Amino acid sequence: MFKLDKDKCLRCGGCVGICPVDALELTETGIVCNEEKCIKCRNCESFCPIGAIKIKKEEK
Amino acid sequence: MRDVIIVGAGPGGSATAKHLAEKGYNVALYEKRQEIGAPKRCAEGFSLTGIKEFNLNPPENCIRQKINGSRVYTPNGNFVEVDYEVDGGCILERKVFDKWLAEEAVRKGAKVQAKTTITGLLKENGKVVGVKGEFVGEKFEERCKVLIASDGIESKISRMAGLNTTCSPKLVDSGVQFEMAGIDIEDPKKIYLYLGNKIAPRGYCWVFPKGKDVANVGIGILGKHDIPAIKYLERFVESREELKKGSILEVNSGGIPVGGLLQKMCLDNFLVVGDAAHQVNPIHGGGIYEAQFAGRIAAEVVDEALKKADTSEKQLDKYNKEWWEKRGNYLREVELLREVFEKLSDEDFNFLSKNLKGENLVDFCGGNNLMILGKLLMKRPHLIKFAKALF
Repeated sequence: MFKLDKDKCLRCGGCVGICPVDALELTETGIVCNEEKCIKCRNCESFCPIGAIKIKKEEK
Repeated sequence: MRDVIIVGAGPGGSATAKHLAEKGYNVALYEKRQEIGAPKRCAEGFSLTGIKEFNLNPPENCIRQKINGSRVYTPNGNFVEVDYEVDGGCILERKVFDKWLAEEAVRKGAKVQAKTTITGLLKENGKVVGVKGEFVGEKFEERCKVLIASDGIESKISRMAGLNTTCSPKLVDSGVQFEMAGIDIEDPKKIYLYLGNKIAPRGYCWVFPKGKDVANVGIGILGKHDIPAIKYLERFVESREELKKGSILEVNSGGIPVGGLLQKMCLDNFLVVGDAAHQVNPIHGGGIYEAQFAGRIAAEVVDEALKKADTSEKQLDKYNKEWWEKRGNYLREVELLREVFEKLSDEDFNFLSKNLKGENLVDFCGGNNLMILGKLLMKRPHLIKFAKALF
């Protein structure tokens, strides 16, 4: 699961540019992830300059 | 029906819009954000030569500080100083500058519209023929002969069009910056760069003065790290007496594509300009000059294509060719230098600061005399294999 800390996110869009499957989108309220496309490569998590993104394992 | 629609009103989009409107075309430039130029994703450095070269004549309030030199610190606190002798650079106020660039496009006849999101593209037979968008929530569709994407690092439009412009995560700097006031700056006419793997792994920290006591204080780092860039920046500020007493007026972040130049930057009826096409100087991360440069070429190529009524990929391919010939090959050289720099340890940086002069650094950043650096690196046995790339 893509988890965004909206209080931290500065909406710079860098994560959108490196997403290899084009799953992310910058919207008015922050970054939105299309979970169906997301392959959990964690590129966005390690890129985020603020540490606002966490990729968490699915809870069963 | 527009002749040209441009998406993204940064320096690349506005420059392209201005040039095309000047040639008499019906141009629309759309910006997603509610305000052009804000929030900034930039350290705001630009060269005065660039301003002259592109015949820009920005009002005084676009330029916060003229710059006549730079100082590069190595981890042991030594520095190499570059003195330009004359004012060669400046620190802009991007919020004012970007809006002024858009105004210039409007003055030449372009229509500019903020708060306009492009949600999809109109296509016929797989070719782009227009956009679907929303202006303050109102949906619209508009057709065009040529679509130009200058939508920055996100580069969504190219991917909608079918051109893969995704950046490799290995080649995108993770950048964060505080605009600070109440700090001490030794000489506000210099920019200050701080190298070292502890303070900024595979990158650097910067202080770009916007006056005597105001500056953009930032960091760009490359690759995977245990802590985010902002933590490195907080540590850097805390470690420096002249900065830690300051206030933070703005927090900026962004991704800087510092490599992975694209061979192919166009499709039928479509081309891409600026950060969206990774057109950034790979060593310092500056993109304003590159966007202006590419925008000018793009406008020439689109002009010729529209005159011939042939906007096919084959015709627009001239943009790829000309950009690579005039700019790409040079930036590729600079990228080699960055690749070598990434391999250097703190001891290597210290060694170089003892053996290099300011003018060498100016040369290197221009992709010139890299042999001098190569020869120096040959003296460090563990660097010989990287040094060879510079000959």
